[in-house]
Amino acid sequence: MSASVLYDAPGPKAVVRNRIYAVVGSLAIAALIAISIMRLADKGHLAPAMWDIFNYTGIRQNIADALLATLKAFGLAAIGSLVLGVVLVVGRLSDHKPVRWAATTFIELFRSLPLLITIYAIWVGFLTDYSMWALAAGLSVYNGCVQAEVLRAGINSVPKGQSEAAYALGMSKTQVMVSVLMPQAVRSMLPTIIGQLVVTLKDTSLGFIILYPELLQTARLIASNTQVNGQYPYVSTIVVIGTLYIAMCLLLSALATWIEKRGRRARTGIKVAPGAPAAGIPAVETVPGPDAGGAGGADPTADGAGGTGVTKD
Amino acid sequence: MNVLLDNFPEFRDGFIGTVSITAVSSVIALVLGVLIAGFRVSPVPPLRYFGTAWVTLMRNTPLTLLFLIFFFVVPEILFPGMSPFVLGSLALGFYTSSFVCEAVRSGINTVPLGQAEAARSIGMTFAQTLQIVVLPQATRTVIPPLSSIFIALTKNSAIAGAFSVAELFGWQKLMSDRGYDIVPVFIWVAIGYLIVTFTISGLFRLLERRMEVAR
Repeated sequence: MSASVLYDAPGPKAVVRNRIYAVVGSLAIAALIAISIMRLADKGHLAPAMWDIFNYTGIRQNIADALLATLKAFGLAAIGSLVLGVVLVVGRLSDHKPVRWAATTFIELFRSLPLLITIYAIWVGFLTDYSMWALAAGLSVYNGCVQAEVLRAGINSVPKGQSEAAYALGMSKTQVMVSVLMPQAVRSMLPTIIGQLVVTLKDTSLGFIILYPELLQTARLIASNTQVNGQYPYVSTIVVIGTLYIAMCLLLSALATWIEKRGRRARTGIKVAPGAPAAGIPAVETVPGPDAGGAGGADPTADGAGGTGVTKD
Repeated sequence: MNVLLDNFPEFRDGFIGTVSITAVSSVIALVLGVLIAGFRVSPVPPLRYFGTAWVTLMRNTPLTLLFLIFFFVVPEILFPGMSPFVLGSLALGFYTSSFVCEAVRSGINTVPLGQAEAARSIGMTFAQTLQIVVLPQATRTVIPPLSSIFIALTKNSAIAGAFSVAELFGWQKLMSDRGYDIVPVFIWVAIGYLIVTFTISGLFRLLERRMEVAR
């Protein structure tokens, strides 16, 4: 191993010491995992019957429906948040003071509130019978604000000469925004935008709290309605559903990474933002300007979460 | 206004609940995050793999699912009958630790290699290099992202309310169950959260100013 900031290249003594640490560390980690598995096995959570329930067509159908419900909410929220993000960023960069002020207030307010609070309020106040729309609306509002900030960072990173040249050609403000600034901003920020979509996907699980039958809600229903040997199969259900979520998120993250690498290779001269931010924290990294106490703002945010900043998430 | 005045004790408890679960999880997240970051930059491969796996898992799991794990699986492994507050803080702390870890790691990575090499070449020990040269510089880089992470943590603490921890979201649910109009309730809860997040960002701005040096 070569030298890093923390460690010089190891000599013979250090190599031996590192090997000892490696062995001790591996044993400790293995012991932790083994003890957890033993404890669960002792209580019968790992019995074959617990995992057998996923062979029933009914339960498989439930999971498939739930997956579809999650993806539906995610699709709506993705479209909603991107559209809202574009609208908000145009408002925020507008020449008219009231419009700018309104967009800025909206962004700062909803970005610094817990998403759950927003979703719940929309659900109770306006869409009590339509939990999917309430979930999608809440997700769109929050993530739209984050996407607007991401796009703003992208627009600000387009060299000034670009818009100056466009104005010099006699383009109108709308034309400059639509045909010069936006495409470059989207292109350079694509990894960050997709990173935020990963956060959006994760946050669809908040539908659990407003009783929307998405994956997590279904998992709870399966686990609390199927008794196996007098126990509820929480462990096996959570493992199955968790794997589904992690697989979906990793796929989206991989897409972001791939686009980023592709963007680095391209010779368009447009710089692509660094990879997908940590989910959960708003990935608003290079936004100058005041940070109104919301997540993000102060450069940089690893968003990770809504993380988040960039959060929350 | 009536909503708040008629139910002020519950609101106060909710606000205190939000502040305390945020504080406890922050401590857990910081300690764990720094530890895992230490694993990820260590010259010991198994620990590095463990750190990487930890971050990948925690980051790609929805927080709500993590709460389910902590409320239904962890008590089975440890012992039944743990309080919702403890379980909720643990879930939030574990989740946030992965973000803290990444922030700390990128902070360490921004210190130029030459700094550490120079420190070693004038004969500093490992501990001295860390204390005098690397960590002070890394800390300055880490403060802004940490501020965002803890604000995100505050926002995420709302989920604990859905798992019977007394905090502001719980108050919102209670009020809507009691039939109050949701709009004023939402506004009061929003103000409660804004107070917490503004305090956090203010504290971090203070820290940043304290740590500033001429470069």
